[in-house]
Amino acid sequence: MKDFKVVGKKVRRVDALGKVTGQARYAADLADPHMLYGAVLRASLSHARVVSIDVSQAVSFPGVEAVLTAADVPGRNRFGTMIPNQRVLADDKVRFRGDGLAVVAARSAREAARALSGIRVQLEPLSAVFSPEEAMKRGAPGIHGKSNIFVHHKVRKGRIADGFRRADVILRRTYTTALIEHAYLEPEAVMARPDGEGGVLVEGCVQNMYTTRRGLSTVLRLPLAKIRVVQTTVGGSFGGKDEVMTVLAARAAMLALRTGRPVQMVNSREESFHESYKRHPYVMEYRIGAKKNGRLTALEVRMVANAGAYATTTPFVVWRSVVQCAGPYVVPHVKADAYGVYTNTVYTGAMRGFGSPQGNFGIELLMDELAGELGMDPLDLRILNGIRTGSRTATGQKLDQPVAFIETLERSARSINWKRRREELDGQPRNARRRKGIGMAASYRGCALGAEGTDAAGAVVSVQTDGSVIVWSGIAEVGQGYYTVIAQITAEVLGVNLADVTVLPYDTAIMSDSGPSVASRSTMLGGTATRRAAGRVRRKMLAEARLILRTKAKSMDLERGWVVSSGGQRRMRIRDLAAACFERGVALFEFGWYKGPDIHWDEQRGRGSPYFTYVYGTNMAEVEVDQETGEVRVLQFVSAHDVGRVVNPQGVLGQIYGGVAMGLGYGLLEEVEEREGRLVTENFDEYLIPTSLDMPQMKAVMVENPDRHGPYGAKSVGEPTTEIAAPAVVNAICHATGQRVRDLPANLERVLLGKKLVRT
Amino acid sequence: MYICLTVNGKPVNVTVHPGRRLVDVLRMDLGLTGTKIGCEQGECGACTVLLDGRAVNSCLVLMSQVEGREVLTIEGLTDDGELHALQQAFVDTGAVQCGFCSPGFLMSAYALLSRNPHPSRDEIVEAVTGNLCRCTGYRKIFQAIERVAGCVAARTEEQ
Repeated sequence: MKDFKVVGKKVRRVDALGKVTGQARYAADLADPHMLYGAVLRASLSHARVVSIDVSQAVSFPGVEAVLTAADVPGRNRFGTMIPNQRVLADDKVRFRGDGLAVVAARSAREAARALSGIRVQLEPLSAVFSPEEAMKRGAPGIHGKSNIFVHHKVRKGRIADGFRRADVILRRTYTTALIEHAYLEPEAVMARPDGEGGVLVEGCVQNMYTTRRGLSTVLRLPLAKIRVVQTTVGGSFGGKDEVMTVLAARAAMLALRTGRPVQMVNSREESFHESYKRHPYVMEYRIGAKKNGRLTALEVRMVANAGAYATTTPFVVWRSVVQCAGPYVVPHVKADAYGVYTNTVYTGAMRGFGSPQGNFGIELLMDELAGELGMDPLDLRILNGIRTGSRTATGQKLDQPVAFIETLERSARSINWKRRREELDGQPRNARRRKGIGMAASYRGCALGAEGTDAAGAVVSVQTDGSVIVWSGIAEVGQGYYTVIAQITAEVLGVNLADVTVLPYDTAIMSDSGPSVASRSTMLGGTATRRAAGRVRRKMLAEARLILRTKAKSMDLERGWVVSSGGQRRMRIRDLAAACFERGVALFEFGWYKGPDIHWDEQRGRGSPYFTYVYGTNMAEVEVDQETGEVRVLQFVSAHDVGRVVNPQGVLGQIYGGVAMGLGYGLLEEVEEREGRLVTENFDEYLIPTSLDMPQMKAVMVENPDRHGPYGAKSVGEPTTEIAAPAVVNAICHATGQRVRDLPANLERVLLGKKLVRT
Repeated sequence: MYICLTVNGKPVNVTVHPGRRLVDVLRMDLGLTGTKIGCEQGECGACTVLLDGRAVNSCLVLMSQVEGREVLTIEGLTDDGELHALQQAFVDTGAVQCGFCSPGFLMSAYALLSRNPHPSRDEIVEAVTGNLCRCTGYRKIFQAIERVAGCVAARTEEQ
């Protein structure tokens, strides 16, 4: 194998300098001497008909330049991917309390806020539903149409009745998960400027530029070419800066076009909590069958996701949940159904994991309960049923690429010394106040979009006349480290130093629509596109070098800033070659495009090959539970992931540690609480994310299992790292206490009392 | 109200409403946008600055409280374009991801090392409990601070 110079090496992030000096520009840091400040009036009811909105007083408030409502939307007041039913501002109805009714632009933030009090709104209350259970009942008030059930995806494999007939043991269990906030540290912010030609420039912390641009195009009735979206440095996203940013951008753009001035809109943390979409809470009912020896025979699953007020990405989220519902196990007979349901609560959508953290929580707790029932070690049960190369998944897909699942299990077990530790802890005195436990969870995950949509992305690589290099990509940097990865790939291909490569911000004016920066697809898709673009430049450079050096040698290479011959002899500096190319009229500017392999999904039959490749992972946790207070301390944590190939070791470690932290929050702390559609948790005083004190000793195990599709064999790491920490920790808690917790989060009261305490 | 204070070593005179928050004056009047706003209630620590050497949440400090006092922001950590050792360590260890919390962490770490140049891991963890990070799992942040504090233990525990 070729010895890499930059790929796989420890390198520094290419965008770290601005972030440690305070020079990096986030959206709220933008300023313009003539800018106006936008503010939003939001609904005071969860479900209501909009009777009238009177802005006549508000427009004459001091400093106010414009007050707009849905009536002012220039185009169609609907956007969204599959079921476009989201509004920039409420028109016919209010569907949750985060809905905006009117927006104001004023010369100061204070004046904008004050003008909101001058808007007269008349709402006619409608009966509202707050849980899928109510919303699914016959006769429940319809939120968008008659039925609130708008998504149903299924998986069918074998004959479920046969599977249960063959089972020696059958378990039925129900698990639930909580409503979760992304809690990126940077609240949403955007600046919109009229371009003077009827178009608009939007700068902001937008995760998915092209999706936002499409939404703006519909809403503003402008051609895509008239809308330019440029990304500012993004202070975290985790799937969360998609639709909510389209809403923000569209409002700011409407105000900017109306007033002819730049308009900035910045959400406070409270606004972010109320308005931004969340992770879906699920109710999951399982029936599983197994032989006495532990071999699984059948699995039946029913999942219901609370989608809140709008459809957004729910169809895809629910689809991923059902496709991966059986976890990384071979089950001959599967029947699974998953539903997405509207309610009058905050809407839910994409969040790191995208339907997998819920399903993995269910199946992984179920596997532990089954192991208990069978008197088996949970590790042995998983090894026995675990998928291997050539196995068939729940959807009937044959895994024809190397499956490293068992390796992640075994390496985690070795690292934490599973068998011995489990036995030692089994021997603890039952009545001890503090008891330790050890638990595990595992997953497989389809890389990239799969059957959710066309999976293609582009990149441009441009070598300057001094040999320095510019890269543009159609995939976003949202903090995950993607720019560093593509800079490394470019440096590797062109034989230059990482420091010679500059990645310029994501900008719709430059790059062709590369889809969203989601689904852990950045490195696989965008990385491959970058490698192709750089490869084209490289071929051009080498062709010119041969002409200049008057050689026909095929085996020349670019290495460490030099054109080298096959014997390693330095022939010409790359920077001199770049200058010579310019003089010879040869442009070193190339576009690379990569479309992922085709996949197949039969929605009617609920089977197919939904993803072209998968990653595999195992988490193991040791916890200590205080049986008098319910307090859980996570003592050590092992997170093993097949990542294909490590491009940036520091980046992979960052994803693993950060993913585990987010997963621990999901498992132990986090829950957005709502009462009758009104958010109770609206800032970090009540919504608790892990702090420095909550982190365990962590060990990251990177399993390399190069894939033929990703660049240099690289696959995905962003989402898998956060999708199994919660079940690992909860299984460890159950091992410690002997009591099952089946609902998230496993906070003090659930661990101590076995139930949630309700505020009054 | 006319207020004189020192910001990053330089005297600054501003005429502001005494009830304005320090964070707003830093960001809007002085253009020091490295100090971030994340929660506006002193929970997230993104707005951490040093006030007379102590780490404070600048979203909870009013201008009337800073007369005659010294403020150090992230912009003041760099000396004539040279990164402070902490900044360099954050870059080198990979303690930075989205970066929004980084200035706050750096200021808390700076305050810690100013009063305790060789803190233990526990003291480091304690010193940054008021700073939230959603990306890194904190681990590399601890390591970056330890690197500057001359503690090498963390470096070998990796991988």
